[in-house]
Amino acid sequence: MMLQAAPNPLMKVENLVVEYSVGGKTIHAVSDVSLEIARGETLGLVGESGCGKSTLGRAVLQLRQAVSGKVLFDGHDLTTLKGEALRQMRRRVQLIFQDPIASLNPRRRIGDIVAEPLVIAGVKDPDERRRRVAEVLSAVGLDPTLVSGRLPHEFSGGQCQRICIARSLVLNPEFVICDEPVSALDVSIRAQILNLLEEMKARYGLTLLFIAHDLAVVKAVSDRVAVMYLGRLCEVGPSEQLFARPAHPYTALLIEAIPVPDPDVRPTQSVPVGEPPSPIAPPSGCRFRTRCPRADARCASEVPELRLVATGQFAACHHPLI
Amino acid sequence: MSSALLSVENAVVDLPTPRGNLRAVDHVDLAVGAGRTLGIVGESGCGKTMLSRAVLQLLPKKAKLSGRVMFDGQDLTTLSAEKLRKLRGRSLAVVFQDPMTSLNPVLTIGTQLIETIQEHLELDLAEARQRSIELLAAVGIPAPEQRLAQYPHQLSGGMRQRVAIAVALSCEPKLLIADEPTTALDVTIQAQILDLLAREQQRRHMAMIIITHDLGVVAGRTDEVAVMYAGRVVERAPTPALFKQMRMPYTEALLAALPKLDVAPHTPLPAISGRPPDPTRPLKGCSFSPRCRYSAGRCASEKPQLCSAETPEHLYACFHPIAARVGA
Repeated sequence: MMLQAAPNPLMKVENLVVEYSVGGKTIHAVSDVSLEIARGETLGLVGESGCGKSTLGRAVLQLRQAVSGKVLFDGHDLTTLKGEALRQMRRRVQLIFQDPIASLNPRRRIGDIVAEPLVIAGVKDPDERRRRVAEVLSAVGLDPTLVSGRLPHEFSGGQCQRICIARSLVLNPEFVICDEPVSALDVSIRAQILNLLEEMKARYGLTLLFIAHDLAVVKAVSDRVAVMYLGRLCEVGPSEQLFARPAHPYTALLIEAIPVPDPDVRPTQSVPVGEPPSPIAPPSGCRFRTRCPRADARCASEVPELRLVATGQFAACHHPLI
Repeated sequence: MSSALLSVENAVVDLPTPRGNLRAVDHVDLAVGAGRTLGIVGESGCGKTMLSRAVLQLLPKKAKLSGRVMFDGQDLTTLSAEKLRKLRGRSLAVVFQDPMTSLNPVLTIGTQLIETIQEHLELDLAEARQRSIELLAAVGIPAPEQRLAQYPHQLSGGMRQRVAIAVALSCEPKLLIADEPTTALDVTIQAQILDLLAREQQRRHMAMIIITHDLGVVAGRTDEVAVMYAGRVVERAPTPALFKQMRMPYTEALLAALPKLDVAPHTPLPAISGRPPDPTRPLKGCSFSPRCRYSAGRCASEKPQLCSAETPEHLYACFHPIAARVGA
């Protein structure tokens, strides 16, 4: 499969499979997903709830064990690392969560929360820790002398997300996974945090995996976008190209479903496409076929592989739109 | 305004908190005519949900409401609990954000529908059951007869919201209040639910209030929009007029801050700096002035009142409305 983003990608996911067992049944959360993320790139990962996008993010970090497949970070397969070796590698990969308030221990002071990764990483000198904490807090737009001694409940959701971002940056990581970092925030705050993530990416030379359900949010920050449905990748391609000319019917459906803030754009009557099937018993062949207007017999029997449909754009569909 | 089905007049909602009085709704006037749709847009904490609770007379016990809520010729603030109970569910219905919390998890879908119908309409069990099946079919639930025996947890989020809408529609309400009806749902499901609400609203000639934080949701689906900020309505206009020419800088900034699909990646978003004021510490002037890029002169010291622009229907509360600026 030609999914080459760059000759030497920082993160490479190969044929990753993640399954959960719930009440004796198997949930196929991530099925045979391969991805590459080049150094300095932002890859957006979109899909609806339950499509496996968060599980994929966690499996990359080894917070969720994969059934099979590889996660190659800078050439090292994280799925085979254990103990101290994995801990060392994790310093270079950080995670930002959706709910910033729930991600902060309500009883600890901001200065300690942000310093915690340094403590775990073995930075013994308290002055050094203080210096680093002050640096990242200033970078995210907070005054270290004012906020370090305060508790999380004294801050708004947007400020808590700034604190979470500061904490994720304190170890100078190379790769940050942002899992729905703005979906709990109001519109006016969301724009601030998205701009901040872009600034931090430039300032610290980060590579990002940006997971979200909102296509417009993903497009705002991503170089390339991967669309996921029921555990499989439907389409991967450069952001602008993918949104201008989607090849996979599911990508097209997602784009069409976004409410446009313009009363002259009459909402297109939603196609009666029903709801996603259960990941416990995903449909045979193409998993989107039960909601797809183009589906035929072949879609039920044959799993579509990701194929090149345009420069840099891949779609897993037997009847692509382009 | 006397012809309106619902009119909220000078509503004020105060909530006592340990940090002092919180004015959740600050002198709001609104009206909805029969068969019309009103969108109330605002960010969390702007008072939009408290306002809808005031209409429904479902405010928290500690809350104090002043002003009038006229619905169908009666002032709801003066009605007895018994009369209100008869009214809610019958002619005044509501759909909440999270269908799991509005449906009873230990009762079947059928029981909940039939109970609501029999409470308000004089139908026997067989008739109520038949009506329930029709309602479930109308809201797009496949195999409605079998669904009657199912519990809410056996349905997906989208299906649950359809059931909640079926319950709300069951007694042919005159006004349906939908409070963030699609926020908990995925985008492909959201479009279907919004279409369903629009279709039923038209078919039943029912008035509807959609409360949302998403300007995109109200744009194509409402007759009128009210934008709320810090407890007040700061702009109100017929939907096409509002989107054609926003007058209040907050409305404009809110729209500008939305990421848009037709903008190239990595374009910095025009964010609104700062955050909404602490509702327990009301500002003397315009609540948006500390974050407003047009703020000048009396904005910080004097509260702008809602006033009309070229057309009497377009109201805004701003001393420096957009397009009235010189040289802009």
